[in-house]
Amino acid sequence: MSKDNKKQDVGTTGHEWDGIEELNNPLPRWWVWIFYATIVWGIWYTIAYPAWPMLKEATSGYLGYSTRQNVADEIAAVEAQNAEILAKLETTELAAIADDAELHQFAVNGGAAIFLANCSQCHGSGAAGATGYPNLLDDDWIWGGTIEEIAYTVEHGIRNEQSPDARWTEMPAFGEILPKEEISAVVQHLLAISGQEHDATQLALGEEVYLNNCAGCHGDAGEGIREMGAPQLNDAIWLYGGDEATLTETVMNARFGVMPAWGAEWQPAAGLTGAEVKAVSSYVHQLGGGE
Amino acid sequence: MWDWIKIAALGIIALLAALAANWARDLAYQVHALIVMAVATGLFIWTVRTAGDGPKVADTGYADGVIRAGVIATAFWGVAGFLVGVFIAFQLAFPALNFEFLQGYGNFGRLRPLHTSAVIFAFGGNALIATSFYIVQRTSAARLWGGNLHWFVFWGYNLFIVLAATGYLMGATQSKEYAEPEWYVDLWLTIVWVAYLAVFLGTIIKRKEPHIYVANWFFLSFIVTVALLHVVNNLSVPVSIFGSRSVQLFAGVQDAMTQWWYGHNAVGFFLTAGFLGMMYYFVPKQAEKPVFSYKLSIIHFWALIFLYIWAGPHHLHYTALPDWASTLGMVFSVILWMPSWGGMINGLMTLSGAWDKIRTDPIIRMMVISLGFYGMSTFEGPMMSIRAVNSLSHYTDWTIGHVHSGALGWNGMITFAALYFLTPRLWNKERLYSLRLVSWHFWLATIGIVLYAASMWVTGIMEGLMWREVDAQGFLVNSFADTVSAKLPMYIVRGLGGVLYLAGALIMCYNLWMTAFGNRVPAASEAAATPAE
Repeated sequence: MSKDNKKQDVGTTGHEWDGIEELNNPLPRWWVWIFYATIVWGIWYTIAYPAWPMLKEATSGYLGYSTRQNVADEIAAVEAQNAEILAKLETTELAAIADDAELHQFAVNGGAAIFLANCSQCHGSGAAGATGYPNLLDDDWIWGGTIEEIAYTVEHGIRNEQSPDARWTEMPAFGEILPKEEISAVVQHLLAISGQEHDATQLALGEEVYLNNCAGCHGDAGEGIREMGAPQLNDAIWLYGGDEATLTETVMNARFGVMPAWGAEWQPAAGLTGAEVKAVSSYVHQLGGGE
Repeated sequence: MWDWIKIAALGIIALLAALAANWARDLAYQVHALIVMAVATGLFIWTVRTAGDGPKVADTGYADGVIRAGVIATAFWGVAGFLVGVFIAFQLAFPALNFEFLQGYGNFGRLRPLHTSAVIFAFGGNALIATSFYIVQRTSAARLWGGNLHWFVFWGYNLFIVLAATGYLMGATQSKEYAEPEWYVDLWLTIVWVAYLAVFLGTIIKRKEPHIYVANWFFLSFIVTVALLHVVNNLSVPVSIFGSRSVQLFAGVQDAMTQWWYGHNAVGFFLTAGFLGMMYYFVPKQAEKPVFSYKLSIIHFWALIFLYIWAGPHHLHYTALPDWASTLGMVFSVILWMPSWGGMINGLMTLSGAWDKIRTDPIIRMMVISLGFYGMSTFEGPMMSIRAVNSLSHYTDWTIGHVHSGALGWNGMITFAALYFLTPRLWNKERLYSLRLVSWHFWLATIGIVLYAASMWVTGIMEGLMWREVDAQGFLVNSFADTVSAKLPMYIVRGLGGVLYLAGALIMCYNLWMTAFGNRVPAASEAAATPAE
C-alpha cells in the first residue's frame, strides 16, 4: 500500500458515529486500475461475444461464439473421425469382430463407455454385479455367454414389457404350492448340492421334492439350463444369496429379475443402435467369461 | 384498548389455525397449523394476563433486550446448523447413515435444506437482525423505532425458521434452492420482513447523528433487496389454502433464471452486503481505529450493489439459458471482483497501525481471517463464473468448497467476532470469560475451514476432470460411480473439518454463557451506555 496510508495524516471526514471516524484516504490506485481494466475488458467481451438483448434477438458478437454450435462441432468432429470404423462395425458380423484387432479395440472401448453410462448402475462399474444383478466377469452365464447370446440379451432384455422377444421364464412361488416341510427339505437339498452344511435327515425328502418340482428347469443335478434361464445351483455362485434364509425366501416367493431391452427399437429415445449393441456385447464378452 | 384488539386478533388466529389443522390436506400443513395455533394461544393467554397492567415506564435507553435474545438465538442456531452439516457430511461419506428409520424425515435429501437454511437464515439471519439493531441504534444515537415492533421481528423471524425447518423434514418444499419454504411460510416472512424494514428505516429517520453511517447503508440495501428477491422468486399459486403445495408462476428457463437471480443475490445481499455492515462497525470498534477510507466505502458500496444484481446467470452456464444472458452474468461477475475487494481493503487497512493486536487480541485475529476468506471467496467467485472455468467446476464439489470458504470463513468468523464483542457489553460485564478459549475457537475453526475447503477443491477438480475424461476415440472413460468412490477419502476429511468447526462453536457457546451468566466475570464499572451525542 502507498506510504500515505501508513502515515494516516490525511485527516478524517469530520463525522463520528459511536466513536467511529473515517479517514479521508484516496482510493488505492492499484484497486482503481484493476477496476477500470475489468470494465474495459467487460465492454470488449460483450462486443466479442453474444451479450446485449435487442428488440428481436441479442447481439451475436463478432467472434461468432455459440455454446450450442461448439458442442455440435465437437460431436461432429468425433463422428467424422470414427465414421469409417463405425461403418465397418455396422456391417461386420458379431463373431467376426474379434478377428480384426483394430475394429475389436474400437468396439471394446466404445462398449466400455456404453456400459459405464447404461449398465454400471446395476452391474457395477467393474461389471462385478451385485445382489440380484449377475456378475459379468465370470463364466457362470444364466442365459448364455457367446457373443450372440449376450447381444440378444442386450437387445431384448429379460422379463420386461418393452420387447415381445425379451427372454422370459418365470419361477413359480412354491410357498403357494408346497407344504412347509417340503420347502424346508428342498432347501436342505440345495445346501447339500452346493457343498454347504445341511441337515442330512431331510435329504431324502428334499431330493424327491427337487426332482419333482425343480429339476425340469434347473437340471437333475442342479447344473442349470440356459434355455430356461435357470441358474446353476450346484456351485458357490449365487445371484440372490445361498444361505438357508435367502434360499427359503427364493423358493417360497420366487424371483423376477428384470433387465430393460436396450435396443433402440424398444427405447426410442435412449436405446442403443445396432452398432452400439455390438460394441457393448464385445466389451462384456471379453471381460473374462465370454464363450 | 390496544390490548383488547390484540386479544381479539390472537383469539381469531388461534381459531382459524385450529380450523386449518382440521381441514389440512397434508401432514406438514397440519403440523404448521397446530404450531401457529399453539403460539397464538400462548400469546392470547399471556396478553390476557398482562392486560390492564397500565403503560410501562417508557424506555429511554437503547432497546438491547432484543439484541440479547438475538445473540442467544444466533449461537443456538449456529450450533444446530453446524451439527446437521457435520451429520450430512458423514452421510455422504457413509451412506449407511441414511438409516432406515430416518427415511422420509432424516435422509440426506431432507436434511440438506435443513442445514443450508439453518446456517444461512437461522444463524446468519439472526446475526444480521441482532447486529443491525445494535449498530443502527449506536450509530444513529436513537432507540429502535416502533415500540415493541422489534420483538415482533425477532419472534416472527424465528417462527418462520421453525416453520421452514419442520416443513423440510415433512417434505413441504417448493424445490427452489435457498427458497424452499412453501407459500404460507413465504407470506409470513414477507410480513416479518416489512416490519424489520420499518423498524430499521424508522430508526434511521429519527437518528440524532447528521449522517448515516456506512454500515447502515449496507444493512438497508440488504433489507430492501432481500424483500424484492423474496417476493419475486416466491410468486406461486397455492393448490389449496388448506395444503402446503403450490405451483410456481414462472416455468422452464424463466423459472431457472428467476431462481438464480434470487439465489445469487441471496449470497450478494444477505451474506455479503449484510455482513459487510457488521464488518464496518465491529472492525473499527474492536481495533479502535478510524475506517481507512470514506471514499472507498462509498464507491465500493454503490459499485457492489449495482453489479451484484446482474450476476445470477453465471449459475446457469451451458444450460437452456441463452448465451447472451450467460455472457452478461459472467461479465458482471468479473467486474464485481474489485468492488467486492473494496470491503476487504477497507477492513484490513483499518487495522493498519494496530497490527500488533493480531498477536494480543484473538477477536481481531478472527476479523482478519474473516476478511481474508472474504477476499479469497470474492476472487474465486468471479473466476468460477468464467465460462471456461465453470465448465470444469460446475456441479462439482468445488462449488461446495467455494461456498463454505465464504460461509465458514467470512460469515462465520465475522459473526463469532461480533458475538464476542457484543456479549460482555450486552450483559454489562467487564470482559469476556476467557480469551484463551477464543484462541482455541479461532484455531479449531481455521483448521476446520482449511480441511473443508482444501478437500473440496481436490474432489471438485478431480471429479470435474474425471467426468470430462474421454479417450482418443471420444469415448467416456469413467462412470459416475467411479467418481463417487474416488472421493471417499476427501469426504472423510471434509467431515472432520466440520467436526473441528463445530467444536470451536461449542467452545464459543460455553465462553459466552460463562461471560453472560457465570459469576466469575465482574460487572462493568460504568452504568449501561446511553445514547452518545
